[in-house]
Amino acid sequence: MSGAAEPGTVAPTAADRPVHPLYVRVTHWINALAVLTMLGSGWQIYNASPLFAFTFPSGITLGGWLAGGLLWHFAAMWVLIANGLVYVTLGLATGRFRERLLPIRPGELVRDLGAALTGRLRHDDLARYNAVQKLLYAGILLTGLVIVASGLAIWKPVQLRELAVLFGGYEGARLVHFFAMVAIVLFLVLHVVMALIVPKSLRAMIRGR
Amino acid sequence: MRRSPLSNADAGLLIKDAAKLLPDPSRRLFLRNTASLGALALLTGCDIVDGPSSEKALRVVSHFNDWVQARLFNPNRLAETYPESAITRPFPFNAYYPEEAAPDVDEDRFKLVLDGLIARKEPWTLEQLYALPQETQITRLVCVEGWSAIGKWTGARLSEFLRRIGADTSAKYVHFACAEGYSVSIDMPTALHAQTQMTFRFDDQILPTKFGFPMRIRMPTKLGFKNPKHVIGLAVLNTYTGGYWEDRGYNWFSGL
Repeated sequence: MSGAAEPGTVAPTAADRPVHPLYVRVTHWINALAVLTMLGSGWQIYNASPLFAFTFPSGITLGGWLAGGLLWHFAAMWVLIANGLVYVTLGLATGRFRERLLPIRPGELVRDLGAALTGRLRHDDLARYNAVQKLLYAGILLTGLVIVASGLAIWKPVQLRELAVLFGGYEGARLVHFFAMVAIVLFLVLHVVMALIVPKSLRAMIRGR
Repeated sequence: MRRSPLSNADAGLLIKDAAKLLPDPSRRLFLRNTASLGALALLTGCDIVDGPSSEKALRVVSHFNDWVQARLFNPNRLAETYPESAITRPFPFNAYYPEEAAPDVDEDRFKLVLDGLIARKEPWTLEQLYALPQETQITRLVCVEGWSAIGKWTGARLSEFLRRIGADTSAKYVHFACAEGYSVSIDMPTALHAQTQMTFRFDDQILPTKFGFPMRIRMPTKLGFKNPKHVIGLAVLNTYTGGYWEDRGYNWFSGL
């Protein structure tokens, strides 16, 4: 939307550059697969010892039973972490994170959130994120960091004790890991809904523009 | 390669219904018939998600994870210890059999049978074991299911016992056989860890039947299922013997 608000600042190169460079598209879809695998297997693991008074329906869990869920979870974690490292490294090195996600101004956030909720938010230039997008994308990056760190603390509460202490110990890390999962699922739902509302954004994540 | 010579150490004591806890007793392919996560199945084809090829691939990754964990394991790093006030009471019972099916080991007939790369293989009576220097730890038991509980265990250091029997501590594995047919094997560095204990008492009482009388091996650096109860045999080996749950899909190293 902000492309229309500041027409003078549109770079002349904007037309030549893809909305999403190849590395972003590749890592995005690898991440999508890894996250779905982590979610399905994670729910299977959760069901073996539920933290709360509910379990996940077996139809959406992966692995068949606890051992299968664990095997999937501890295999997909390598894909998630390796892929995430490539994405974050390139995002920082190319300046994409800074360019796309910063700054996040409270005033713009209030304005764009209001526009989003009343259906007036425009998505003319996919390469320029509105303040709500910036906040959500920055937020999901942080959430990714939290869920990986809390997951490592659950996996290795003795060898990585200092990390576990950050989350209030082993049981604290379990809670943090769970709520980070909830945050990711909420993001995922919104993310997919928005992609359906603005289909050209989905196309851009496949073809680049 | 499976099953140590100890499995038949005392046939009279062995074997309950070994497969009781499994969702499907016949399943060797533990991922079979697990309709799951529609989107992923669509993207990859059901064969890859649920079939024998995926199980094989996942086992390869699990072996890789054993290797990673062995390298992450710091033999000098101790698991956190807790004050008495932190002890979980009542302490949860967990096994692949119901509590009343826990094996009754006759303490007069009990002998710890030794095998493998050990210089002095004479069996040990309970009286001899109780005479070993003992110490107490209050540590957290973390179950593979996710829950954890803090308990108080008293017994002898396994490393001290291995020294006394002249075990070859350059060997790769220590294997434990249990009265009810359970078995587990661990890496030597964990066997020599200062908190790895031959446990004879739980919460200041003689180890109750449900928690593994007469002897449990307690390792606060490994998941609960790696802490065998009712241990009647110990072997020092260079061959991989897996274990009851490990053969069914749980990660072998399972270090914390």
